Amino acid sequence: MREAGPARDARFEPRLARRRRNGRMFQAVCLASIAVSLVTLATLLADIAIDGAAWLSGEFLTSFPSRISSRAGIRPAILGTIWIMVLVALISFPFGVGAAIYLEEYAPRGRLTKLIQTNIANLAGVPSIVYGILGLAIFVRYFGFGRSLLAGAATLALLVLPVVIIAAQEAIRAVPSSLREAAYGVGATRWQVVRSHVLPVAMPGILTGMILSLSRAIGETAPLIMVGALAFVAFTPTSPMDLFTVLPIQIFNWTARPQADFHGLAAAAIAVLLVLLLLMNMTAILLRNRYQSKRGQ
Amino acid sequence: MNIPPGQLDSALDTHDLSVFYGDTHAVKRISLSIPRNRVVAFIGPSGCGKSTLLRCFNRMNDLIPAARVEGEVNFRGTNLYAPDVDPVEVRRRIGMVFQKPNPFPKSIYENIAFGLRINGFRGNLDEQVERSLRAAAIWDEVKDRLEDRALELSGGQQQRLCIARALAVEPEILLMDEPASALDPIATSRIEDLIEDLKSDYTIVIVTHNMQQAARVSDYTAFLYIGELIEYGDTERLFTNPAKERTEQYITGRFG
Repeated sequence: MREAGPARDARFEPRLARRRRNGRMFQAVCLASIAVSLVTLATLLADIAIDGAAWLSGEFLTSFPSRISSRAGIRPAILGTIWIMVLVALISFPFGVGAAIYLEEYAPRGRLTKLIQTNIANLAGVPSIVYGILGLAIFVRYFGFGRSLLAGAATLALLVLPVVIIAAQEAIRAVPSSLREAAYGVGATRWQVVRSHVLPVAMPGILTGMILSLSRAIGETAPLIMVGALAFVAFTPTSPMDLFTVLPIQIFNWTARPQADFHGLAAAAIAVLLVLLLLMNMTAILLRNRYQSKRGQ
Repeated sequence: MNIPPGQLDSALDTHDLSVFYGDTHAVKRISLSIPRNRVVAFIGPSGCGKSTLLRCFNRMNDLIPAARVEGEVNFRGTNLYAPDVDPVEVRRRIGMVFQKPNPFPKSIYENIAFGLRINGFRGNLDEQVERSLRAAAIWDEVKDRLEDRALELSGGQQQRLCIARALAVEPEILLMDEPASALDPIATSRIEDLIEDLKSDYTIVIVTHNMQQAARVSDYTAFLYIGELIEYGDTERLFTNPAKERTEQYITGRFG
């Protein structure tokens, strides 16, 4: 026979108020964390806007750099950055996704695969300057690309490749095995399963990885200095074999000068870089959403 | 009562078939014969090896790296595990329906057409899609919405679509791995009716944990326990008058 209600209740001590207080405290901590990042970002943006606003103009975007601050612009740097981004995407996407498909779908599960896997993760943490040295030795000198856009893009592609591979692997691994079985079950070969079912479902995740990778590549300076990007470019790059500069290098160059005017120019260039980054991310997200809605997930 | 399965024209038979997952001996030296154009049910408690055995019949276990198969599965005079047999070809001839409905995240039409395209189907694609959907008793529900996404269908419809997908490539044998376990009773009974209809054209092997279902749909039943084939014979006889004590204990619900 069980005791009556009050006697049963006596064995519990719910301490509801304390449990709820703990919950609220945790929520506050989380809110504080996001506030820190948001405030930092807002401060940064405000600072840039104040310093650079006076210098932002159509002419600033379309002019070549100059020793005279009122005439200086970032045309070659913008075009260089766009060239580099497109080339990095073109190089790192096929290699990265190819490597990920191999590791997830084809590679035998063994020690060697594990070793390769660990090394890819480690490569993601190698300082970017090391990639710059590698790029200088291999692409600039050995392959004879010279100090070209192609050499710079290939170097940055190597730099982001580990992230692309890991993100693509995660995306491929997240494809449910029931889907693979369904395709194998009607007599599909491995390649048919991968091409028609695994890749389309994994594509949004793969594209997310690409976005993150390109966002990292767009801000890289050190490896590009290493492979010989110029600080002063007075022409428009028209082919992958042209000499080049990019926005971060232009910014770096201007901030290093003593005159305050150039610091304003640098702030304006930073604003442009951020807008470019935003546009790029937006494009990738739109692309991803289109893929997702088309697949009906 | 039906003739014992071994005396009928067989669609597929196994000889001393064993499956290992690493060190686990999941299926232990099973020899049985699946008669043509009949429905055979595999029953037994969870982990008894019934699904593993079923997945040997179209070499689905190849996809599990740790799985190893010994013994023979003979289909049309060929051992499916002979070195020169291509599992891709096996899977077209021996189709499979899975436990959870798993349509491709594509259109209803594309779900059926995929298997036809990859296998180089040379007939009229539209006609074959319609014929398959009709055979799986789902045509009337989807004929006006073939371009809709298959994932918009109900669970029961999805499973019938998966059956249609398997039938489209014209297999001889249809393997069903607990095809109704994720469905409600009405959807389940539609699948069971469908199995009855399909029997005249296909040999069907169905794994089920539902003994009433085995009794309703199958001509022959095999009872497995910890990887061993305990008893195999006419369904009615096995459920009313089991020869082995284990079988009786299981069908009367004393374990499982």
